Amino acid sequence: MKKVVGIINLQESNELVRELAATRAVEALPFAGRYRVVDFSLSNMINSGINTVGLMLPDFCRAILDHIRSGKDWDLARRRDGLTYLPAALPGTDARKGDLKDIYANLDFAELSDKKYVLFVNGSYVYNIDFQKMLDFHKKSGADITMLYKAVGNDKPGRTVVIETSTNGIVTDLAEVKEVRKGQKAVLGAYLMPVPTFAYIVRSTYERGGQDFLVDGIMRHASEQKISAYEHKGYVARINSTEAYYKANRDCLNPDIWEELFMNKERPIFTKVKDEVPVQYKETAEVKNSLIANGCIIQGRVENSIIFRGVKVGKGAVVKDCILMQRCDVAEGARVENVICDKNVMITKNRWLKGVETFPYIVTKNARI
Amino acid sequence: MRKTECLGMILAGGQGSRLKALTKTVAKPAVPFGGKYRIIDFPLSNCVNSGINKVGIATQYKPFELHSYLGAGTSWDLDRTDGGLFVLPPYAREKGGDWYRGTADAVYQNLNFIDLVDPDYVLILSGDHIYTMNYAWMLESHKNNNADVTIGVFEVPWEEAPRFGIMATDKETGRIVEFQEKPKEPKSNLASMGIYIFTASFLKKYLEEDGVNENSSHDFGNDLIPKMLNDGARLFSYAFDGYWKDVGTIESLWLANMDLLQETPPFELNGDWKIYSSNPSMPPHYVGPEGSVKRSMISEGAKILGQVDHSVIFSGATVGKGAKVFNSVIFPGVTIEDGAYVNYAILAQDVTVKANARVEGKENEISVVAENEVVTA
Repeated sequence: MKKVVGIINLQESNELVRELAATRAVEALPFAGRYRVVDFSLSNMINSGINTVGLMLPDFCRAILDHIRSGKDWDLARRRDGLTYLPAALPGTDARKGDLKDIYANLDFAELSDKKYVLFVNGSYVYNIDFQKMLDFHKKSGADITMLYKAVGNDKPGRTVVIETSTNGIVTDLAEVKEVRKGQKAVLGAYLMPVPTFAYIVRSTYERGGQDFLVDGIMRHASEQKISAYEHKGYVARINSTEAYYKANRDCLNPDIWEELFMNKERPIFTKVKDEVPVQYKETAEVKNSLIANGCIIQGRVENSIIFRGVKVGKGAVVKDCILMQRCDVAEGARVENVICDKNVMITKNRWLKGVETFPYIVTKNARI
Repeated sequence: MRKTECLGMILAGGQGSRLKALTKTVAKPAVPFGGKYRIIDFPLSNCVNSGINKVGIATQYKPFELHSYLGAGTSWDLDRTDGGLFVLPPYAREKGGDWYRGTADAVYQNLNFIDLVDPDYVLILSGDHIYTMNYAWMLESHKNNNADVTIGVFEVPWEEAPRFGIMATDKETGRIVEFQEKPKEPKSNLASMGIYIFTASFLKKYLEEDGVNENSSHDFGNDLIPKMLNDGARLFSYAFDGYWKDVGTIESLWLANMDLLQETPPFELNGDWKIYSSNPSMPPHYVGPEGSVKRSMISEGAKILGQVDHSVIFSGATVGKGAKVFNSVIFPGVTIEDGAYVNYAILAQDVTVKANARVEGKENEISVVAENEVVTA
């Protein structure tokens, strides 16, 4: 993997993730108690031995910059190689939408590296994978491009590119659908190809008016390039809606998924270190089926919930089916159910707040209820 | 190197033989504490929080794990271009070399390091106490008194005084008039905390004398402090009234952990005075549908499927279904299988307690299981 340069695309359209992504990119959304979504693609690259990584910055990039800084927590602050931020194309130079113009603007990052391959990854997916196996597969398949896919277990809404493959894993058809059906092979936004192929696709597509790397770039070149598909058999979540975000977080309450994502000794998920104290449980604490991050003080009842760093749950308070982000404070006797609280929300004494399973109620940052 | 006002020196070479099985493979300062820390995190974080960012750490006994834990000092923000963290193991010279023969000798043998840093003051700390303290205030007091030495002291109950090094002081000025090592009839109940600030030139002079004195045991408490007093030097006490625990024995280590579990702990880890430590890359801990946790501290990566009460659980430990853990300290990576029972115990790193097995101590006789051991039913 020393011969691979990684590029993480942090420009997933965030229309579907309601208030949570109003001021931050989807990839910067806090996840599973202490992470941000981008930690998965970054850690996957490090764990696979890729140590030249470019991050294509989104419009709202403060959360990402503050989170990743020098890349030290991912071992990416290095003399040689390491992390490079790839800013978006200058505004005003191009009114086109889509990610392609920004890839085009940063094309020299890949071309001037001394690497042979590019691994281009969409940063809004949650999974733990060894990309080395994908590279081995790519070499063996003799294809020009290898893309990662997953045969989906359930129907899922949201625009998705699905593929059909022949028995030897070669892609025979690519199509963009509004909703994936069970059993269809959904593309996971990770593409591996030699640097010149990548540069050729980006350049020729962009210069002919293309906007989107996958739809205009890969799909338009599908007939002239040999594309193979590598299946990721493990857990995957794509964070493209509030419901998907809520569900993916709560999937981590399944010990098998928790173990698969986070407890793999060879492939840990790295994140920004905060030096919080271990969780303090008091006499009246009652916790079931929950993930609780360090720095929390728990005196009340917590069920089926994801509790981020530094949250306080007061005596007699009830937290059920919730996601409470950093530094939320649920005061004595308060009750929250099916609620996502963004950072630093205060639920005052004896207040009740309830959403529904399929439509969690969202409380925005710093709100006091 | 820029001019340094105060250099920190942590004496972390002790074996900690009274911690028995817990120091079989690591030095005492590297023994885990409080769910995610190691003992040395406390003096180190105190230094950094007090604005002391050049710190030497003298190591000797089984230093490998300690060295690898300290690394370049990154976890404490001590990986710096100017100063930072210096690990000081014994080393060979032209005419052979020596082990550190005592606390003072560990500093004496590193006088060339002190010369290199060239500080005005040297703060000497030991690596076996749990407390948070602002050394900058102590340094202020040292300067105001125009002292040669300032010794941190702590009021202990009179009946316990015979176990400590006791400082008899002038009530008005805090000047030390007499030092008694473990006295039968103590003249005061102010115990030395093993925290010293020396004016650098003064310290150097005494260390050079002591280093070549063959009758000396090369110990600050036994040799240097009494000699300085005899010579009429200006020794002052600095009284500390916060939480301070010597965790040199199994019982005291266990008790200090249990102190953290009180409804209002006597010692707040959660405050502004952050204790830094090396953080494992682990997810928030998981409590299962049948799990139950009360009066406890639990760290990242732990998986609790059974019952935990009044215990400290470190990162990556597992408590199986129906297992019960009470009044215990569970180090990183321990596995307690389904139906097992652990009470009044300290389980060291990576211990396995097999299904339905029991580890049972008593309040005054804590049961200790050494690293990697397997307890069967």
